[in-house]
Amino acid sequence: MTSIGWSGLAISLLLVLVATVISLWKQLGLERSIAWAAVRAAVQLFAIGLLLQVLLRPGVSILWAWLWVAVMVMIASLTVRQRAPEVPGLFPLALVAFGSSAVLTLGVLFGLGVFELNVRTLIPLAGLMIGNSLAATVLVGRRLVEELRDKRDEVEARLALGQPSHIAAKPYVRGALRTALIPQIETTKAVGLVVLPGAMTGLILAGVSPLNAVLVQAAVMYLVLGSVATTTTVITLGVQRRLFTRDHRLLLVSAESSGR
Amino acid sequence: MIQPTQHRFIFDNVTLRGRGRLRLDEACGSIPSSGITVLVGPSGSGKSTLLRCCNRLEVPSAGRVLFSGNDVAALDPLKLRRRVGMVFQRPTPFPGTVRENLQVAEPSITDVTATSTLAQVGLNPEFLDRVATDLSGGEAQRVCLARTLVTNPEVVLMDEVTSSVDSAQRFGLEALARSLSSSGVGVVWVTHDLVQMRRVADHVLVVVNGRIAHQGPVSEVDTEAPESVRAFLSGETPQESS
Repeated sequence: MTSIGWSGLAISLLLVLVATVISLWKQLGLERSIAWAAVRAAVQLFAIGLLLQVLLRPGVSILWAWLWVAVMVMIASLTVRQRAPEVPGLFPLALVAFGSSAVLTLGVLFGLGVFELNVRTLIPLAGLMIGNSLAATVLVGRRLVEELRDKRDEVEARLALGQPSHIAAKPYVRGALRTALIPQIETTKAVGLVVLPGAMTGLILAGVSPLNAVLVQAAVMYLVLGSVATTTTVITLGVQRRLFTRDHRLLLVSAESSGR
Repeated sequence: MIQPTQHRFIFDNVTLRGRGRLRLDEACGSIPSSGITVLVGPSGSGKSTLLRCCNRLEVPSAGRVLFSGNDVAALDPLKLRRRVGMVFQRPTPFPGTVRENLQVAEPSITDVTATSTLAQVGLNPEFLDRVATDLSGGEAQRVCLARTLVTNPEVVLMDEVTSSVDSAQRFGLEALARSLSSSGVGVVWVTHDLVQMRRVADHVLVVVNGRIAHQGPVSEVDTEAPESVRAFLSGETPQESS
């Protein structure tokens, strides 16, 4: 098992110094941000590490791990809302999106026996699922609102032909979903070609055989792909319902609207 | 007393609040069943808002709009919009060919019907395979009108449809409106162009500050309208901006 110790961590801070020096040299003005990011990362990781130490003790109930997953879903949903304030009702939508994705993806992985369900597998896999879906969830919500706002005339022309709102919105929902999904598809296609992904790297460093590490990594990539597809779909369905009335009118979405 | 069947639309104290202001203020009036009715008024007066209440793209905060004697609020909005078509100020061709644009309105439309609809708006059959978004403004607006006519509407709402086309296309679209009206399709035309109003209208509704300040035949507008309206229509009063 690979262990770097505190001295190893201290030495790795040299790389933060490299980033700081580059910022100073190129006058980027990011030295404070770099330092703060490094400090925050260390503090947050240590906090998580301490919690995980407690949770991974023998005999600890898996309910605590499920609680952890629920907290992750909550924080992710708040983060999504913060990053896309112009999308109406995004917090509850994100809760539903991440929750549905968790049920579906973790249901497949644990329910069908791909992984054994325990604290050691649940928390990391749930974290990978939620963390990797965050960006796509924000992107799809913002993209759909932008499309419906910028192409309002076109949308209303469809409504004026007697199309119901879910049909009128279809081309724009499709566009937003494609925009959100294509990056993850491309990442999945390129995995292993350019860089060894994180889960596989961590497992190899921990002494797991490369072949087993690869199998786990592939399963993780599929988990993320399925999760991104689920969360983005739930978000677009929810946003679409919020932006149209029951009598098939498009509500005004201003650039400044927070939708709260 | 206004007989509902003599009028295509009746506006009964229509009020609409939105965007922090009163956009329609107890608007009362009617649009006759025949001829071309022009809604005219300064920019921001509520003409387009009133028009959009006719096909329920906007819903009044108070009052009601009657279409052929029926409250628009009680009608199925999707069926209403098939009967009350609309062409917008900015041409809105959908991605794809002209044929595909017409298919949005009627998925099972045949080429025979599509061709005759294009002929109705002055476009030849070759346009069916042209990419709609590559067309000129005037051609695209004609495609939008053809798309609307595919649903066999009883009336077409035309919201400043000539404002983004050149003068040659403008007269062409006005002639199309006249032709539609002659064939029995009602036309409600919105404009802020007073000269165009006189060319196009059989009847006029003058909309000022969210109210219908005058309505009647265009031939009587210079004699029967209130002085303030006559001043506006003669161009003496500066047009307000929204």
